Amino acid sequence: MSERKCTLSVLVENTPGTLARVAGLFSGRGFNIDSLCVAETLDPTLSHLTLVTRGDDQIIEQIIKQLRRLVDVYKVVDVTEEGDYVEREMALIKVRAEKENREEIFRICEIFRLKIVDVTPRTYVIEVTGDKNKLEAVIELLQPIGIKEIVRTGTIAMKREKKNA
Amino acid sequence: MRGAKMVVEALKREGVEVIFGYPGGAVIDIYDELYKTDEVRHVLVRHEQGAAHAADGFARSTGKVGVALATSGPGATNTVTGIATAYMDSIPMVVLTGQVPTKLIGNDAFQEVDTTGVTRPITKHNFLVKRVEDLPRILKAAFHIARTGRPGPVLVDLPKDVQQAKGEFDYPEEIQLRSYNPTYEPHLKQIERAYQLLEKAERPVFLIGGGVISSGASEEVRELAERLNLPVTMTLMGLGGFPGDHDQSLGMLGMHGTYFANMAVANSDVLLAVGARFDDRVTGRVDAFAPSAKIIHIDIDPTSIQKNVKVDVPIVGDCKRSLERLLELIKAVGKPKKYFKERYKDWWDQIDIWRKRYPLSYKEDPNYIKPQYVLEKLYELTQGNAIICTEVGQNQMWTAQFYKFKYPRTLISSGGLGTMGFGFPASIGAQMGNPGKLVIDIAGDGSIQMNIQELATAMDQRLPIKIIILNNGFLGMVRQWQELFYEKRYSAVKFTTIPDFVKIAEAYGAMGIRITKTQEVEPTLKQILSMDKLVILDVIISPEEGVFPMVPAGKATTEMILV
Ligand SMILES: Cc1ncc(C[n+]2csc(CCOP(=O)(O)OP(=O)(O)O)c2C)c(N)n1
Ligand SMILES: [Mg+2]
Repeated sequence: MSERKCTLSVLVENTPGTLARVAGLFSGRGFNIDSLCVAETLDPTLSHLTLVTRGDDQIIEQIIKQLRRLVDVYKVVDVTEEGDYVEREMALIKVRAEKENREEIFRICEIFRLKIVDVTPRTYVIEVTGDKNKLEAVIELLQPIGIKEIVRTGTIAMKREKKNA
Repeated sequence: MRGAKMVVEALKREGVEVIFGYPGGAVIDIYDELYKTDEVRHVLVRHEQGAAHAADGFARSTGKVGVALATSGPGATNTVTGIATAYMDSIPMVVLTGQVPTKLIGNDAFQEVDTTGVTRPITKHNFLVKRVEDLPRILKAAFHIARTGRPGPVLVDLPKDVQQAKGEFDYPEEIQLRSYNPTYEPHLKQIERAYQLLEKAERPVFLIGGGVISSGASEEVRELAERLNLPVTMTLMGLGGFPGDHDQSLGMLGMHGTYFANMAVANSDVLLAVGARFDDRVTGRVDAFAPSAKIIHIDIDPTSIQKNVKVDVPIVGDCKRSLERLLELIKAVGKPKKYFKERYKDWWDQIDIWRKRYPLSYKEDPNYIKPQYVLEKLYELTQGNAIICTEVGQNQMWTAQFYKFKYPRTLISSGGLGTMGFGFPASIGAQMGNPGKLVIDIAGDGSIQMNIQELATAMDQRLPIKIIILNNGFLGMVRQWQELFYEKRYSAVKFTTIPDFVKIAEAYGAMGIRITKTQEVEPTLKQILSMDKLVILDVIISPEEGVFPMVPAGKATTEMILV
């Protein structure tokens, strides 16, 4: 069976220990976590996790069932399985901004519509938002110029509303 | 009301009559409240592991939630093996632990351990109570979670200041947890599909596991088996879920299961599995397990389904309810009993050939008592009307093979974790929960030493437990593996110092008897079974006796070593 990437949208009770329970489930059962994003929701008693994992269909089925089995997990949706969805990730990239390569940086920023959010005489901090492909393309282009530091958020995702619904 | 009192009040509301525990600084307030009540009996153990196993044995034998109480730090960590044992076998249990005051949590305070952290992977759920206001609701939730759905142990960690704080005791009658909703009612479409497979089957087998016991489905199992003329086999945890002396019983399945049970499953075309989880000790090499069978799997825990084997008809639901629905369907639209009698006749003929070819057997030896003989005699004398606890190792497997369990909740054994030292403290819990019943611990000479200190607990409570040590002078099961797979390199399986178990019994004020000859077995068993006191019977058995049949780990279940 072939591996696929799977993005899970998980609503959990906002209680201490819940995140540890989810993380422990993955490490204890040998499942992968590629990225994990946690944030509050409009309902202060619930938190939202977006979790990117990999596995064949059977593993992914197990992961989802195991998550649902946790007493503090309210809802699990496999965003990737249930059709159309939007995925976004953000990165802050600190690049070397010497005189000779500033032009190049500006050009890349323009092409990808990136924002420069901090400037010092020798560095820029660039904000990139997009799907994984865009982030990877930007990083690849900035690499030769000199990336000093990079911080990524991990993926968040949302199902698209059905067009004719 | 103070938090500590709330704890004791909650126990009363939950109908808890007995708890097992050991005091310490972080639970002294709870002990103070226990001192003031007659309604909750406290059994003082000698080691917190004993408390957890006793609570577990109480739960397994009665079906009620078992409760253990321990102090913070070392008290809590001592319960860990007991919690993991209960978790692996889905036993409803609530473990209450003391914790350092909330303001000291995280400070490496005296006797502080991150108890909820340590027990997270071995509990169904756990709670750290931070405010006394939350206490009634959390205690209610703990009992609710422990006993509903797939049961399991729940731990509640109680900081000392929370026990001392005052609050309103408003104990909910019922509790709804929005994120926890086990599925009891099966999908009727799936029940129909299951029946259709069974009706067209030629070589069906009915496999039952511990879920049948925990959901109380043994009546339904029997009715269905008889209605459809199904051969029935059981996992270790399922023993007693169907009468072991019934014509249709094939006994236990798996590594040390019967030849005929393993052959029947391997050759089946439809396997109806209920409340079993297809553990590796049952399946052997997974790809060779029931290779031509369509599998129907009923379980309350969706994660058990499709985990180890591929299932054709998954049914998520309570075992008892699901079997009830299946029986209703059969009564309404199913074929008559006669149809199945005739349909499976050839299949039963084949099974009978296997049964005759390799029945469970052992070689007699004039020089030694054979452990299998002891268990056969014990069965004859008790007729299945005893609660049999076991330790782990050969003693456990011989018990599973040679004692015919007729009723649910009569075998108390650590199946999933295989915890040596479980049986005796579990027998304390079982006897506390079943005062009039005969409770027997079948032990090994190694295992019994792992919680032998609980003899004092049993004597305190005047429990007439019978401990039968099948004394081979070895860590026998490990020795057997070394004999078969490590060219008899007997590494670390023989103790140099072996205590005199008769004297140990006497030292605790119990009775000790040793036997060495086969003719002594029956009269001595008769004698001890009629005695109203704790007895250790030290049975010196043939030292290098093996447990057979045996499916070597990782092999197909048809590749059995027979004797
Ligand atoms: C706590 C624990 N430690 C180690 C083991 C591994 N183990 C399994 S069976 C066994 C030997 C048990 O010896 P004994 O109690 O004498 O029983 P016998 O097999 O001889 O009947 C051991 C060491 C275990 N199951 N549990
Ligand atoms: Mg032994």
